[in-house]
Amino acid sequence: MRSSEAAKATNPASLQARSSSHHGNRVPAQTYDPRPTNPGASPLDDFPERWESYGSMSLSSPLAVEASGLVKTFGDVRAVDGVDLAVRSGSVYGVLGPNGAGKTTTIRMLATLLRPDAGSGQVLGHDIVREADAVRGLVSLTGQMASVDEDLTGRENLILLARLLGLRRADAKARAAELLEAFDLDDAATRLVKNYSGGMRRRLDIAASLVVTPELLFLDEPTTGLDPRSRNQVWDIVRSLAAAGTTILLCTQYLDEADQLADGIAVIDHGRVIAEGTPAQLKASVGGGALHVRLLDPDQRPEAERMLAEELGAVHRESDPAALSAQCADADRAAEAVAELARAGVPIAEFSLGQPSLDEVFLALTGSRAQDETVETEVTA
Amino acid sequence: MTTAPPIASHARPPQASALAASLAFAWRSLLKIKHVPEQLGDVIGIPVLFTLMFTYLFGGALAGSTGDYLQFLLPGTLALAVVFVTVYSGVTLNRDLATGAFDRFRSMPVWRPAPIVGGLIGDAGRYLLAASLVIGLGLGMGFHAAGGPLGILAAVVLVLVFALALSWVWTTLGLILRAPNAVMSIGFVILFPLTFMSNVFVDPDTMPSWLRAFADVNPISHLATAERGLMQGTGTGAQVLWVLAASVALTALFAPLTTCLYRRRG
Repeated sequence: MRSSEAAKATNPASLQARSSSHHGNRVPAQTYDPRPTNPGASPLDDFPERWESYGSMSLSSPLAVEASGLVKTFGDVRAVDGVDLAVRSGSVYGVLGPNGAGKTTTIRMLATLLRPDAGSGQVLGHDIVREADAVRGLVSLTGQMASVDEDLTGRENLILLARLLGLRRADAKARAAELLEAFDLDDAATRLVKNYSGGMRRRLDIAASLVVTPELLFLDEPTTGLDPRSRNQVWDIVRSLAAAGTTILLCTQYLDEADQLADGIAVIDHGRVIAEGTPAQLKASVGGGALHVRLLDPDQRPEAERMLAEELGAVHRESDPAALSAQCADADRAAEAVAELARAGVPIAEFSLGQPSLDEVFLALTGSRAQDETVETEVTA
Repeated sequence: MTTAPPIASHARPPQASALAASLAFAWRSLLKIKHVPEQLGDVIGIPVLFTLMFTYLFGGALAGSTGDYLQFLLPGTLALAVVFVTVYSGVTLNRDLATGAFDRFRSMPVWRPAPIVGGLIGDAGRYLLAASLVIGLGLGMGFHAAGGPLGILAAVVLVLVFALALSWVWTTLGLILRAPNAVMSIGFVILFPLTFMSNVFVDPDTMPSWLRAFADVNPISHLATAERGLMQGTGTGAQVLWVLAASVALTALFAPLTTCLYRRRG
């Protein structure tokens, strides 16, 4: 598990690249199948039942979060512009969107830190405005800024929170020690948090949210700015929390992260939910699959891009300077395009054919949406 | 590597009482002083500077000798130094509010005003430090307290009561203004005229009538008068009562205002 995690971490931009390393080497043997449940098409499909059932199970299991039409305006800016969310109890729900999309504002309203201007929200059956105290008793918030006190030590932070939550002094100390050990922070327990690394700070932050186990944990961009190893640690923590039954509402701007952790995803842009579903559903919604190619020599990318564009149409440059991807649902045409590259003397390090990455889903969704927004802005301006 | 965290925690304990929560926050502000002692620079600097500077600067000119002037000035300096230090309660609160830690506190089932009340309890420690510095320095420079140790103690208690009441003004400002520096600037802009147009440095009888009228009703004058009375052993109940009444009035007005602003924030 650990070695495959590390392999995944080396290329966060492309799910398919990771999936191919998962299955041994270079070229994945399986043929492309656009159905979202295709086994092995993505590491996500390890638990297909969970995703397929996300929407349908909402009737039988209670909703941890139910928001309808949430609006929050700051001055002229409608930061959140009518967000609806339904998060099933016990699931990990990803709220995915770029910076400034309204993710944090939404979370802050649900965590009772901000009062919505319009709309309503229920968290674990309690109204977020009228029963804010009841909500506070059941949730924890790990904010986007580290929600721990920089001028205190890790241990002092945890003891303070435990005391505030009503633990007796001895119990508070014991709980702090327990958490520090579990989160691999006992060596740093007496150091000031301002001297912690980003990963340590995040772990402390999450530990601080668990002093008393919450029913629902809000995690706002828990891995932003972390190195791959720390990010994997945080992901492991999230997984084990979810496995123990805590509902998690996860805000992220990393598609990869939502794909890895979430059972259901809402894509949010300009303060609105623009798409919702399981990761597999979202990927299927874009239509065809995609061919991913990584070249041996990044300098040849322009040439390869031109050739692929001729064969397959629109080509997308990945963040990896040697990688390209192109929309393509037909395995034969993809194979032909790859063969064409090889014949033209453009050596390929790795290629795969699979579902579109969430990255592409996101571009497709927000790309079309952005035009609508422009029109609306012009009308209102 | 992180193993499964101990997420199966104890059952939720009963909510912390208002007092326990406030004391936890007071502990937090004392820990901050312990870890970042530099922040006491102003709490130490202001009392030392005021006591030394005003005594030696004005003493000869105003009272003929620094020794005589010190007898008159020191109780006023005590009031002045502590009153100036109170501004930092608003500065600290404003700075705290911008941190993620406060977001967490506000999302917890804790008595809402606890961070502010706890902060003020911690501030009381700073005020006590400032007061001790003025008195220690004054006694070292030759101040004679006819009121004795009890008089000094009473003077310190009275100035602390007034300072805590005045702190609510700055916490209110701390919640309204956007930056810690703004709280400090406005605080000092209010305090400089208020403290200087009082009877702390000179007898108001020498002032033009309009200024004397202001100095006579200025709460700082009343505080300085009461402090002189207690330390010199000539105090009257009325002097002390006036200060207590002003303290009650400040608290009654600004404590609910602070709490209300804090609740409605965001």
